[in-house]
Amino acid sequence: MSMATLMHYAPQVINLLAALLLLLAFAMLAQRRIQLLINLFAAQGLVLAASAALVGLVSGQHHLFVSAGITLVLKVVVLPLILHWLIRRLNVKWDVETLFNIPTTMLIGIVLVILAFNVAQPISLLAGTVARSTLGIALAAILLAFLMMITRSKAVPQVIGFLAMENGLFFAATSATYGIPMVVEFGVALDVLVGALILGIFIFQIRERFDSLDTRHLEKLKEQ
Amino acid sequence: MLASPLHDVLACALGWLAIGLVGVFQPRNFWLVTRVLFPLGAIIGLAIAATALAAIFSPPSSLVLPLGLPDLPFHARVDALSCFFLLLLGSVSAGVSVFAAGYFRRGEGTPPGLQCLYYHVFLSSMALVLVADDAYFFMVVWETMALSSFFLVTSDHGSAEIRRAGFLYLLIAHLGAIAILLCFGALQSGTGNYTFETMRAVQPTPLWATAAFLLALVGFGAKAGIVPLHVWLPEAHPAAPSPVSALMSAVMLKTAIYGLLRVTFDLIGWPLWWWGVVALVIGLVSALFGIVFAAVQTDMKRLLAYSSIENIGLVMAGFGLTILFKAFSMGALAALALTATLYHCLNHAFFKSLLFLATGSVLHATRERSLGKLGGLIHRMPWVAWTALVGTIAIAGLPPLNGFVSEWLLLQAFLFTPGLPHSYLNMLVPVAAAMIALTAALSGYVMVKFYGVVFLGQPREAKLAEAHDAGIRERIGLLWLAAGCVVLGLAPVAAIGLIDPIARAFTGHGLALGGAAGWLMLAPISAERAAYSPLAVLLMIALLVTIAWLSVRLFYHGRMRRTAAWGCGFPHLDARMQDTAEGFGQPVSVVFEPFFRVDQAVPSPFDAKPRYRQSLDDRLWHWLYLPVVRAVDKATALVTVLQRGRISVYLMYSFATLLVLLLFVR
Amino acid sequence: MISAAGIAAQLTELALAVVLAPLLTGWVNQCRAWLQNRSAPGLLQPYRMLAKLFQKEVALAHNASPMFRTAPYLVFGCLCVAAAIVPTLGTDLPLNAVADAIALVGLLALARMFIALAGMDVGTAFGSLGARREMLVGFLAEPALLMVLFTASLISHSTSLATIVETLAHRELVIYPSMAFAGIAFTMVSLAENARIPVDNPSTHLELTMIHEAMVLEYSGRHLAMIEWAASLKLFVYSCMGLALFFPWGVAEGGDWLGIVLALPGLFVKLAIGGAGLSLIETVSAKLRIFRAPEFLGTAFLLAVLAMLVHVLLEG
Repeated sequence: MSMATLMHYAPQVINLLAALLLLLAFAMLAQRRIQLLINLFAAQGLVLAASAALVGLVSGQHHLFVSAGITLVLKVVVLPLILHWLIRRLNVKWDVETLFNIPTTMLIGIVLVILAFNVAQPISLLAGTVARSTLGIALAAILLAFLMMITRSKAVPQVIGFLAMENGLFFAATSATYGIPMVVEFGVALDVLVGALILGIFIFQIRERFDSLDTRHLEKLKEQ
Repeated sequence: MLASPLHDVLACALGWLAIGLVGVFQPRNFWLVTRVLFPLGAIIGLAIAATALAAIFSPPSSLVLPLGLPDLPFHARVDALSCFFLLLLGSVSAGVSVFAAGYFRRGEGTPPGLQCLYYHVFLSSMALVLVADDAYFFMVVWETMALSSFFLVTSDHGSAEIRRAGFLYLLIAHLGAIAILLCFGALQSGTGNYTFETMRAVQPTPLWATAAFLLALVGFGAKAGIVPLHVWLPEAHPAAPSPVSALMSAVMLKTAIYGLLRVTFDLIGWPLWWWGVVALVIGLVSALFGIVFAAVQTDMKRLLAYSSIENIGLVMAGFGLTILFKAFSMGALAALALTATLYHCLNHAFFKSLLFLATGSVLHATRERSLGKLGGLIHRMPWVAWTALVGTIAIAGLPPLNGFVSEWLLLQAFLFTPGLPHSYLNMLVPVAAAMIALTAALSGYVMVKFYGVVFLGQPREAKLAEAHDAGIRERIGLLWLAAGCVVLGLAPVAAIGLIDPIARAFTGHGLALGGAAGWLMLAPISAERAAYSPLAVLLMIALLVTIAWLSVRLFYHGRMRRTAAWGCGFPHLDARMQDTAEGFGQPVSVVFEPFFRVDQAVPSPFDAKPRYRQSLDDRLWHWLYLPVVRAVDKATALVTVLQRGRISVYLMYSFATLLVLLLFVR
Repeated sequence: MISAAGIAAQLTELALAVVLAPLLTGWVNQCRAWLQNRSAPGLLQPYRMLAKLFQKEVALAHNASPMFRTAPYLVFGCLCVAAAIVPTLGTDLPLNAVADAIALVGLLALARMFIALAGMDVGTAFGSLGARREMLVGFLAEPALLMVLFTASLISHSTSLATIVETLAHRELVIYPSMAFAGIAFTMVSLAENARIPVDNPSTHLELTMIHEAMVLEYSGRHLAMIEWAASLKLFVYSCMGLALFFPWGVAEGGDWLGIVLALPGLFVKLAIGGAGLSLIETVSAKLRIFRAPEFLGTAFLLAVLAMLVHVLLEG
């Protein structure tokens, strides 16, 4: 494949990857099973890594390859493994209860997408990058992950929502400014890892205390 | 024929009034009313339709009537828009009047002569609403329309429930009338001249124009039954006799649409774009709300009433889209949306009146309105059942009948929308198209429920075995309306030709209709983009069905044995084991649960005589109307302090008032 | 203008659809049996069943109305027309000027309405239960399908299926992210509409879980044969629709004789792969409870709406 065809199709492929990211965000919103949720999270990481690598290739910003590598290792391999291990240890394979039913959640999701695109439009007009039209999708992915954290009552899906939110942030960074400086990136990656570990410990503590992973039990902690 | 189409229309309206008056002088003469007066009314309806059809392409003509107050004469005018709605009124009322001739029976509620008076005054006032050309005349005939229909709704006034429905109807009609009056006040722009001629000529400021539009939306919306002003509709329709329900739903709701179109595109002229969004959103909400509530009804006329809310919602959505396109100067698309809107008005008039009349026949034959007590009527009432099937397919929006054509046009209008100069709007459009598609699909669900529960299956009550089919005059009425549905479905190009002058007058564009295939093929933009030819679809289906049937006949034996239905091994199947109306509505009530205020009592497993009860209420009634009612109650409670019951006290009030007046007004 | 090749393509298409539809059903059943480690029925099994059913005497319930007897033919006719509209071999079809994508959805809905009404006609518990469930599936699947087609229409600025296929197959290759959403929505819809596993089970004999089978429980003999044939046709129409929207390559443009002849083997290969894919999905997924079906279809509907949104946002 010559460079010209690559340059021709790269923005389209980036758009496709962005759409896949959004699709996976919705799939996570609609998924009831924790194991599949983790797999979807891993798939999102994979899409993210691919898009970062592609943007790096097209724009000549080679530090993006490193980011893609970190993403691949951390979000496709390490974190999913930790999460799988976590649910095996906690023995929580059953269906996740959602606060609203799934179509309602998705409907809210659609409203969020519309909002995100309109908010992102002025910024993406300013950005001069290859992938600038996908900024709206990145913002939508963040909001959707946030929504997922809100609508789930169990601790593990909330952790996954938190991690997915970081995916969206990362995607926003690549699409708006060709990624964030390397140091920050390493820091964020480390933060995510540590965050996941802390949340893991937190989850164990919740179970110790309440014999359940339903964060609704935390309501009991408020002052009477 | 007289001098001009306007004269003809006025003469016809007078003719209806005369028929009504004859009825008053012979209130108990049953033969005269049903054999002479109602058929005469139908003929006048046909005459109006013919006049309108002939006049729709001619330029507007107007007239000052020698009626009204001194120095405040009535003005009348017909143009393409009036003609279109007059055509609708005339053609539908012809069918309904013939049906009504066979429908009204001896010894029911109001004497037939009075019924005849109200009915024809109602028709006449609707015709005059469509030709009125000043605010004064308009309000007079508009109120006459409301009052005559009120008397028709309460014709069975013995029952408290019906009186209550009538009161609610009258109340909301008057709220609407006040809004319309204020709307005209805003439109005259300080000239003090209330003729439509002046309103057309002066250009109101955007602020006054907006006020006028919103007031018109409330006023005409109350009559049309848009959410949240819809509450009277499902009460009034079941209360009224079926021909009256048919007229109200088919024609009276359309006069409201006429008013909206008149005010927005003719009197104001240049709408602002966000009015379109308001109308579109209200329309979509009404459509979805109406059809979801229709799906859970257990009374067949209430079901149809909610379905009217849905259809008016679709019309409003088309209206909103027209405003949007016109405001952004996209003339061709505005023409497409306006065509879809008006086409749907015409279609709804035909299929809804057909279905209301069919329920009337069922009601007469069985004395049952509740879906839970009907069933299997296709065997007893084949005429009603087969004509109702036409209406069912049409209202469900399925090809090749008329409901599909207008939904097709509306969806086409949505599909060509991208390119609006506003990013939120561009995203609203896919969502709106999705809601229209969902509504259309749900109406299929509702109509299968309606038709299946009423006409198919086994009779749920023993007395249904004595049901009789409709009489000859009822059959003619039903057939006329069914034929209308078929013709409007198969010859859309001809019907769109009638709408064309209106589209040209309001948007400056018409649809590209000519083309190679001419009248056969509907291709509003161009054949590459979208084309639909209902006649060819029908012929293809008919051809393939015939081939299939003939080849099965030719190659295989036609042996058939009549036997009992297969009960899956359970020997005691009976009619009560069929799905009920509640059962058919259950999935919708679960999927759209937030729409309803559910009140249910589920028996415990140990109950010896378990009873299951569920009622699905309108939340809006509880959120919007009951608080108002309570506030009014409180206010009146304050006033009741004055009530003492002794004449001397009341005299003292008057005396005190007199003294106060003498002191202050010198 | 309509060419001789176009008419020939049209007739071939129609004949192929009617004749080959049971073969596709047989192929899917065979693949499914292989995947589930059963010995497979022959590829021609559906034909044998149809032949047997046509020979059998019809047992008609006492209170069946004429509606019950005409419905199978009407359903069959509607689906034949639907099959003729979808371009599978060439795009120069005379019927394309007659009915577009919206009309196609309308025809499918008409067929559904007739079969649901026929299901309610005899008035048994299962017939009306099946009809209700079928309509439940329908009122969510139909708008979803329409939205999928609208996404393609927005891309090609046309609702005519021939123009859609021409745009997607013959212009310069462009990647449409919206079609990814539409594809998933379409797969979900076609599973539900063809009474396939996550929503319904075509081979179930447990009445309480049935949808389609419950509705047609009362049919027998030649009527049942027509219904079964129509069901095969429906699967065929959906498969061809999927191929036309998502894998349109190989369809001849215009009235090109050679292209039409060449398109034929391509169609066979695509259908074989599609059928195998369908049986794979059916094997790896479990049937949903009926109360979950609205959720499944609601998701499909919203995904289709998202597809349109993504088109407006990313490709507009």
